[in-house]
Amino acid sequence: MGRAKLPRKSTNIDMTAMCDVAFLLLSFFILTTKFKPSEAIAVTTPNSVAAKVAPQKDYVMVILDKDGKVFLEMDDEDKKEVIANTLNTTRGLKLDVKAFKKALFFGAPLGSMASFLAMPEDQRKGDKLPGIPVKDTANNELSVWMRVIKDTYLGQKEPAFLLKGDNLSKYPSFKAVIDAFKKNDILKFQMVTNPEAAPLGTDLWKMNQSGDKREE
Amino acid sequence: MAEMDTSSGGGHKKGPGVKKGKKLSTRVDLTPMVDLGFLLITFFIFTTTMSQPTAMKLFLPKDADKPEDQNRAKESGVITILLGKDNNVFYYEGQLKPDGSNFKSSSFKEIRNVLIDKKRNTPEKDLVVILKPSSECNYKNVIDILDEMAINVLKRYALVDISEGEEQLVKISDAAGAATASK
Repeated sequence: MGRAKLPRKSTNIDMTAMCDVAFLLLSFFILTTKFKPSEAIAVTTPNSVAAKVAPQKDYVMVILDKDGKVFLEMDDEDKKEVIANTLNTTRGLKLDVKAFKKALFFGAPLGSMASFLAMPEDQRKGDKLPGIPVKDTANNELSVWMRVIKDTYLGQKEPAFLLKGDNLSKYPSFKAVIDAFKKNDILKFQMVTNPEAAPLGTDLWKMNQSGDKREE
Repeated sequence: MAEMDTSSGGGHKKGPGVKKGKKLSTRVDLTPMVDLGFLLITFFIFTTTMSQPTAMKLFLPKDADKPEDQNRAKESGVITILLGKDNNVFYYEGQLKPDGSNFKSSSFKEIRNVLIDKKRNTPEKDLVVILKPSSECNYKNVIDILDEMAINVLKRYALVDISEGEEQLVKISDAAGAATASK
């Protein structure tokens, strides 16, 4: 009468299923990650308590670097094509529409846009480019850009106008950008910042604590 | 050539048990692969969620052409903040006196208390904050002061151009501030 022997079980676990899950998640994360496009323009944004995430698509972004130079970035390629054609017809710039469509940002006076577009992508670095001239109020070219952009979006949902400024850029260039916006009746825009918590004990902090919805 | 023959023939001469060879398992230990997978997952999780920029909204008023269209504010409820060089902040309440006696110097740390005091002591409908950045201040200062408006939940504020006289006053005070700091 021998005792019923328990069959000896192997301590090996089949890892295949776990491996499958791991790599499924891995591929998901790889595909959803958007790597930052190589920063051609170095900008360190200030902090603010704003909690709203900056829009990632349908935006028109004005970039202000630390020397006060202004660049323009857009993501909608179809609109860029329209803009290129408009500039070609109204100002006779002879721009390469294809290169214009592919360009990540613009940072040259209108007069030298053609040579800017002829430059290879990897050589367009913020510190070497002249930027869009804004300083001269009589000839604020950003306002020309804004007018063209506004016309392009006429009758459609407006893009989000963003302003990404560097900590160290001086106020006059910021003002020039605001003026260009104002001139074209763009009275609503957003400034890109890094998130920061509301300081303890302030009114905003109390509001957040009591769960009030903030007015955006 | 002879050598070649013996080597190939030698293997053949051995017994049938040896010829068969050991049957290798087709199972591979997947543990390191799973380790690697999860390591990469953690890496991607951390890189995706971090550094999501936020945006603060700014609504600009339409420029009023005629002076009578402009908003009038009660003098007692107005506080004007001027931004100078090197993160200097100046402010005055009501209207600037000709001798500049109510022109006070402050800093980004202290201005919050000034604003809180002002908010407590003024009826809400009269309170207006006027922000006048001088040409010497930088973008960060402007954002910081706008942020201060959000932090203290001040709803009525305006970004106004600085006047010539005030610009001069800020410049002088900036220089004075630098002189005391270097002493």
